Amino acid sequence: MGRLLHEIATFATWYNLVFLLQAGGRTLMLSATGCICGFVLGFALAVLRHTVARALLPARVLGVVYVEMFRRIPFLVTLFLVFYAFQALGLDVPVFWIAVVSTCVIGTAYLSEVVRAGFAAVPRAEWDAAATMNFSLLQTLRYVVVPQSWQTITPPAFAFFLSFIKDSALASQIGVVELTYAGKVFSNRGLSPAIAFGSILLAYFVISYPLARFGARMEGRLAVSGTR
Amino acid sequence: MPYLELADVSAAYGSKPVLAGVSLALERGEIASLIGPSGSGKSTLLRVLVGLLVPSSGEIRLDGRPVDLHQPASIRDLRNRFAIVFQQYNLFMNMTALRNVMIAPLKVKHWPREEVERDARRLLTQVGLGDKLNAYPDQLSGGQQQRVALARALALRPEVLLLDEVTSALDPELVTEVLDAIRLLAAEGMTMLVVSHEMGFVREVSSQVVFMADGRSIESGPPGQIFDDPQTQRARDFVAKIIRH
Repeated sequence: MGRLLHEIATFATWYNLVFLLQAGGRTLMLSATGCICGFVLGFALAVLRHTVARALLPARVLGVVYVEMFRRIPFLVTLFLVFYAFQALGLDVPVFWIAVVSTCVIGTAYLSEVVRAGFAAVPRAEWDAAATMNFSLLQTLRYVVVPQSWQTITPPAFAFFLSFIKDSALASQIGVVELTYAGKVFSNRGLSPAIAFGSILLAYFVISYPLARFGARMEGRLAVSGTR
Repeated sequence: MPYLELADVSAAYGSKPVLAGVSLALERGEIASLIGPSGSGKSTLLRVLVGLLVPSSGEIRLDGRPVDLHQPASIRDLRNRFAIVFQQYNLFMNMTALRNVMIAPLKVKHWPREEVERDARRLLTQVGLGDKLNAYPDQLSGGQQQRVALARALALRPEVLLLDEVTSALDPELVTEVLDAIRLLAAEGMTMLVVSHEMGFVREVSSQVVFMADGRSIESGPPGQIFDDPQTQRARDFVAKIIRH
């Protein structure tokens, strides 16, 4: 016990704190860009799949292929795929940005399915009614479908956000110094695992917990107000 | 020249043919009813007329001009003129009765808000729901929801009102309130194309009855002819069956 306290004292240096904060910042950035960019692009992809114009058919097919492919490839493989894609293109991009692009690629694929499922939960009858009243697709979504989809979209979306924070640890495999990488660095410096990974565990919790609370509150609010 | 003319219209859901040659003519101010056994394509025909199903062959003429339902512009034009009321009401569940009626005139037609709201209130009052303006669909009975749907269709000021078995999903005691609302419209000279199983009602309001079977229009004429003196064997069999009830 005395040794542990002593170790904490040596661990708690300004340098280590900054290192940990920077690593946490990267984890947060990776997760946030993956979730936000993924949600925006995923939403757009879900909308695209509802268009009917013949001119957009190739885009729709591409969208389906994209989603079905990246939902089936492990995150780590996507990371390497993006890594080597940039290399093949002769682009010298920092590994952090490779990880950011990967999280966007994955986030888009998963969240587009979450959004699509939300859209699908609105009865066909209401889509038909809107169509026969000459609503455009965007009007149908805005006034009828989206207000009724939030309830269906929110729980799986937040579940994905949370699991995504953890998945971002894989970015350490291509050399991004995020939280998991920082844990390994501490451990390699001879700190006991309790300290090295305990601090990391705490950092993950600090990032995830507020998001989980926020998600729960959103769901609670939606459940009370129903579809209105 | 009839206002709406269908000549030999056929349509299919995927590879399953559902309409195999429907012809009919509708004049302005006329009320035509489609009758026939289930699965004869009556509802499908209405779906074709609001652009939810594109016919595979045949001709549709509006005011004498052919309508090509492969053109998005033609579908838009058709939907501007025709308003449909569905069997299952198809109300927007996230909107109050008033909002359901106002949304399309406001957002699609871009009519002035004040006028739209006045109109919506008048229509809802007219169908007996003046005290339910702010109720959501799930707070209303089936009959009330169907009357909201009727008001919603009328708020678009359509040239033709299409009614798709509007009383079939209702409890018997609620049927009358919806039929009364439609009778009122009939008295005002609204052009209507009605799919209904309420034979008494059909006989009473229709100027023309079209008997359909197997996706085809078999016989059409004034209600007196179709119900009392049908000319075809199919129509005779059908009428004999419904009268036995």
